[in-house]
Amino acid sequence: MAELPQKQAQRLAHRPLSPFVTIFRWPVTMATSIIHRITGVALAAGTLLLAWWLIAASNGLESYALFTDVTAGLPGQLVLFGFTWALTFHAANGIRHLAWDLGYGFALPTANKTGILVFVLSFLLAIGFFVLAWSGYGGYYQ
Amino acid sequence: MSLETPLHKAQGMGSAHSGVGPFWKQRISAVALVPLTLWFAISVLGLVGAPLAAVLTFLFNPVNAVLMASFLLIGLFHMTIGLQEIILDYVPNQGFKFFLILVNYTFAIAVAAASIFSLLRIVGT
Repeated sequence: MAELPQKQAQRLAHRPLSPFVTIFRWPVTMATSIIHRITGVALAAGTLLLAWWLIAASNGLESYALFTDVTAGLPGQLVLFGFTWALTFHAANGIRHLAWDLGYGFALPTANKTGILVFVLSFLLAIGFFVLAWSGYGGYYQ
Repeated sequence: MSLETPLHKAQGMGSAHSGVGPFWKQRISAVALVPLTLWFAISVLGLVGAPLAAVLTFLFNPVNAVLMASFLLIGLFHMTIGLQEIILDYVPNQGFKFFLILVNYTFAIAVAAASIFSLLRIVGT
């Protein structure tokens, strides 16, 4: 006997679906791969910041003051730190990708270890460069 | 029956309608960017909050100006290939894909032109 159309629709709505990305756990290699892309896009947006910095510097004191005012505030500092971390992450993970291209580090335990290393190193480097910017030559203290 | 060989049918049918060119360009620019990024992070990031005179003195140095231009141009080149790869991966609609590829190139050329002009303006004064 044929199902009633309504019942059939109900059954179809509850049928098992193919799993989407949200259902998987996040292995290190998957996380680094996705974050590599996201940081790449973020750095593309960051080129606007670098271009603004150069344009402001070439335009004279008034334009430059606007740039330093915006970047000295908390939101500006967060954006700058995000840019710095995106740069260190993309660079460190990029070196990992170049090693893979040469055929090194493909074993899963190695890839997991280098992935964690990239996370730790990128944060340490970003914090290091930020400390350098704050304490160094012509940083925010002056 | 078609007289076309299977190879001929497959040629030019990749998502980007080209071969491994972008792959190599991406790797070569990546290798160049490793030392340039290190230089950028150490010397330029520290200058962001500096007084204007310090920034101008830094960029007036020819070595720094050339490294800055190299970092910008090679970085934007690397960026264009990467963004195109993402567009080809995620945008199924042919027209919208083509539009985004044009936006990608326009963005890269605009940022490159504006930055290099500013750099030359600083070096030239």
